[in-house]
Amino acid sequence: MINIQEVLETNEMIEKENLDVRTITMGISLLNCIDTDIDRLSDKIYDRITTAAKDLVATGQAIEKEYGIPIVNKRISVTPIALIGGSACQTSDDYVKLVRALDRAAKTTGVNFIGGYSALVSKGMTKSDELLIRSIPQALAETEFVCSSVNVGSTKTGLNMDAVRMMGEVILDTAKATKDKDSIGCAKLVVFCNAPDDNPFMAGAFHGVTEADEIINVGVSGPGVMRKALESVHGADFGTLCEKVKKTAFKITRVGQLVAREASKRLGVPFGIIDLSLAPTPAIGDSIADIFEEMGLERAGAPGTTAALALLNDQVKKGGIMASSYVGGLSGAFIPVSEDRGMIRAVNDGALTLEKLEAMTCVCSVGLDMIAIPGDTKPETIAGILADEMAIGMINQKTTAARLIPVIGKDVGDTVEFGGLLGFAPVMPVNSFDCSEFIHRGGRIPAPIHSFKN
Amino acid sequence: MKKTVITVVGKDSVGIIAKTCTYLAENQVNILNISQTIVDGFFNMMMIVDTENFGKEFGTMVDELEALGEKMACIIKVQREDIFDSMHRL
Repeated sequence: MINIQEVLETNEMIEKENLDVRTITMGISLLNCIDTDIDRLSDKIYDRITTAAKDLVATGQAIEKEYGIPIVNKRISVTPIALIGGSACQTSDDYVKLVRALDRAAKTTGVNFIGGYSALVSKGMTKSDELLIRSIPQALAETEFVCSSVNVGSTKTGLNMDAVRMMGEVILDTAKATKDKDSIGCAKLVVFCNAPDDNPFMAGAFHGVTEADEIINVGVSGPGVMRKALESVHGADFGTLCEKVKKTAFKITRVGQLVAREASKRLGVPFGIIDLSLAPTPAIGDSIADIFEEMGLERAGAPGTTAALALLNDQVKKGGIMASSYVGGLSGAFIPVSEDRGMIRAVNDGALTLEKLEAMTCVCSVGLDMIAIPGDTKPETIAGILADEMAIGMINQKTTAARLIPVIGKDVGDTVEFGGLLGFAPVMPVNSFDCSEFIHRGGRIPAPIHSFKN
Repeated sequence: MKKTVITVVGKDSVGIIAKTCTYLAENQVNILNISQTIVDGFFNMMMIVDTENFGKEFGTMVDELEALGEKMACIIKVQREDIFDSMHRL
């Protein structure tokens, strides 16, 4: 039987160390909505989502109450809209009609984000993909809950550099379209290499075509719990440190597995995966950077940070995989700047640069996440940063992503307030040397040699 | 049997256990185990109870015991046992 120490330990994690389940995300296939008439398609999308997810939020709240564990977000991901809108959308404006349907559906179901305003163009781009991508700035400016993502490369296909160049422009246009709100549109736009089909985390979630009609994916959390646990092995050797990370990740993930199983049962929707990513929030103590400091680095970004992140990420997976029957999504530590107070402190103290962050993304999932850069950054420079990040994913056979926010009207030294889970961010300097000629070459970077395994 | 864990945390005072147990008895909730400890000067009690015969919604017990706790200046949490089993048992 459970003893009082175990009960107190769990509740202390929840009450003092920000243990929560970060998201229950319901993936919904929209493939059966496809229609040639744009209005009919919009209605079908709205009806499909609001029917499938009508009990999602209430079920999440009931589980929170019964188990005493916060479930911070309830979200929906849908089939990439570029695949759904192809027959009906003749212009980018047509796509904006569909995004409004998504936004209304999110509002009706009560979720806080809906992901899947997406295009998968890792090798080539259809007319439909291009129309959707061109519509992203307006789509994100006009909606409140919709998140967008574009997959521009993979280990199997190489990098679509035309898409990379276009995304440099689209990110800047999105920043301009939402300049009244500190370019917040860009916080809802992710560029991917090797995007997973079952990612529950925003802004990059979409419901891949390899998935069933509906699925429940769950993202866990726990940087605060991890940091607290590591206090007990302060100064110990790496073997001891790694054991502690593994055991703690196991405990965190088991709670996610329980919530996922329960949500799946109550909603009558199959359980997909647990995403093992340690996801920080702006809450004090809920920080990946604080874990590095506990490990013995003065600040995130100090020499040793990449090694610290590598061991953290790997041990979290080793502990988490044992705790869940299916693991997937991104599954790796997130290192966003704006959503993590410790990372912000490291940037403000001059310890952490864009280049060091890029190096860190070689050993963890996601990538350059929630990074504010000067609003006058050239689109080619943004595309160059994207290309670097995507190349890391392509060569290392892993997911990488970039969520860059060129804040219009702001420069290095300024701070941007996004609010809520998105936090605040110092504007970071970008290398000012030019890469335009490289970016304007166009075409594709071929798939790497180690992708030819057949 | 539906096992539920009730924890009571607060400054020690007369009648905390009595009032909590009275609520449980009135609502057909059987107590299986009680243990208590003092952490940082605070009274910590844990009960494992069987809520099989509790006639109302589970959420109602969460709310009613929380309200009872407020009256006694302590925090009463009600959680299904599975969350602790999941975390601490293979």
